Amino acid sequence: MSAGAAAPPLGARIAGEARVVAALGRRSVRQAFRRPQFLAPIIVFPSLFLAVNTGGAGRAVDLPEFPPVNGFLDFQLAGAMLQSTMLAGVSAAIALALDIQIGFVDRLVAAPIARWSFVLGRLVATGVLGLVAGLWFLGIGLVFGAEIVAGVPGALVVLALVGLNAIAWGTIGAAIALNSGSPSVAQGIFPIVFVILFLSSAFFPENLLLEPAKTIAEWNPMSPIADGIRDPIISELSLGPVLEALGGIAVVTGIGAVLCARGLSRKLRSA
Amino acid sequence: MTAGVAFELRTTWALMRRAINEIARVPAAVIPAVLAPTIFMCGLAAVFGNLTQLPGFTTDEYLTFILPVGFMQGAAFTGAATGVNLARDIELGWFDRLLASPAPRGVLLAGTVLSASLRVLMPITLLMIVGLSLGVDWPGVDGLLIALFIASCFAAIAACYGVTLALKFKTQAAAPLMQAGVFMAVLFTTAYAPQELLTGWLQDVAEDNPVPLILESVRQGFVGDVTWADTWPGLLALAGIGVLMVALAMRGLRRSSA
Repeated sequence: MSAGAAAPPLGARIAGEARVVAALGRRSVRQAFRRPQFLAPIIVFPSLFLAVNTGGAGRAVDLPEFPPVNGFLDFQLAGAMLQSTMLAGVSAAIALALDIQIGFVDRLVAAPIARWSFVLGRLVATGVLGLVAGLWFLGIGLVFGAEIVAGVPGALVVLALVGLNAIAWGTIGAAIALNSGSPSVAQGIFPIVFVILFLSSAFFPENLLLEPAKTIAEWNPMSPIADGIRDPIISELSLGPVLEALGGIAVVTGIGAVLCARGLSRKLRSA
Repeated sequence: MTAGVAFELRTTWALMRRAINEIARVPAAVIPAVLAPTIFMCGLAAVFGNLTQLPGFTTDEYLTFILPVGFMQGAAFTGAATGVNLARDIELGWFDRLLASPAPRGVLLAGTVLSASLRVLMPITLLMIVGLSLGVDWPGVDGLLIALFIASCFAAIAACYGVTLALKFKTQAAAPLMQAGVFMAVLFTTAYAPQELLTGWLQDVAEDNPVPLILESVRQGFVGDVTWADTWPGLLALAGIGVLMVALAMRGLRRSSA
């Protein structure tokens, strides 16, 4: 091909990049299902935590200020889904950091594809894993007696919010991987996920949290996301909580995207 | 002391020191495990603190109730980490060289699992400093000594469980199995609330599980007086589980060397 050859049309370029992103996304999803270290934090540990919370603190629904719910399991499902999607983001960070460490990302950077493709592929995979987690928790919730008050439309809203939250946390995970390049650093983020969740309304109503968690939860963007995912499960579908959840997701995505762009440009400078 | 026993003790101590050296040399790998029990204690107290308002709750200070769970959790995860580290040593071939050495199998196991008994003192120290500064009741010297002794033994038992799985699967990919096992052992108990306030399946599981007896022995000094009646069931349960886990780990070692 001569140096002056015309660039392919925009549509063909976009289709080509979409194929690359889809291929990298498929690779990431397969990687998660093949390695128990990546899947366990997304499915196994949140399921165990859900079981312990429900059995251990189930009598909380008898507290005078607890909102009306069918059961404590119904209330806890949103927390389990959030935990799962946040840990999916951390697992994505570990996997991406491993890709950086073994030189896979360097080979992608040298390939004739858009440089953000490998990040977008990882985000697509994290979104897919989020949907899988959402389906899993809705499934076990229904099996163990939970009710989705808003019915099928409510379940679809829940899945959409869970998938978007997974992508939002995928951007945070990618930012950590790109800025540190170290799986150990990414691994070290696990406890911070729990701090963020404990300081939100993910596991308990905001009005029943103890101080200072209660005040922090009011400002934590994970609280509206938890409430938005929970709302269709414990009450009829309403727009307000869903919009507030989308706002929370936008805040997390915005932070992740800015940090990600910084990490990517640093990575490309050093490549 | 005979020369043989002295050699075995020196070998055990050398293996323990190697595991403890990792704390200073790879701190990034240790920090999450040290922080996790304290984060869980503070987080669970902030989230579920109002459970003490329920009739039948045995204390009005949830932080005091939940701190002993941190002892057990620290012990359990330190033990699981010992299993993961052994799996790494197996993957790298280092453990094969140990098996080829003249050290008896029991010494190799003792050196590996007793390191967990010492390492657990790190998360527990942090837990106690944070807990006491946040107002947790002082358990008394006897209560603290019993809690420390039980947590150290439980860490070694959890390490035996981790070692058994590491020898069986010979890969770090078994880590979630090690962590999930100890997670269930510690939290499928009276961790969050007294037995009478647990609900559904957990009430039945906690009733038949020996680990709550151990947890209540650790907890007794924090929520009340230390009594022999609250101590011996925990020690007995600890001994029973310990014998079983040591036997399983030794069987795994013998099969690995065969």
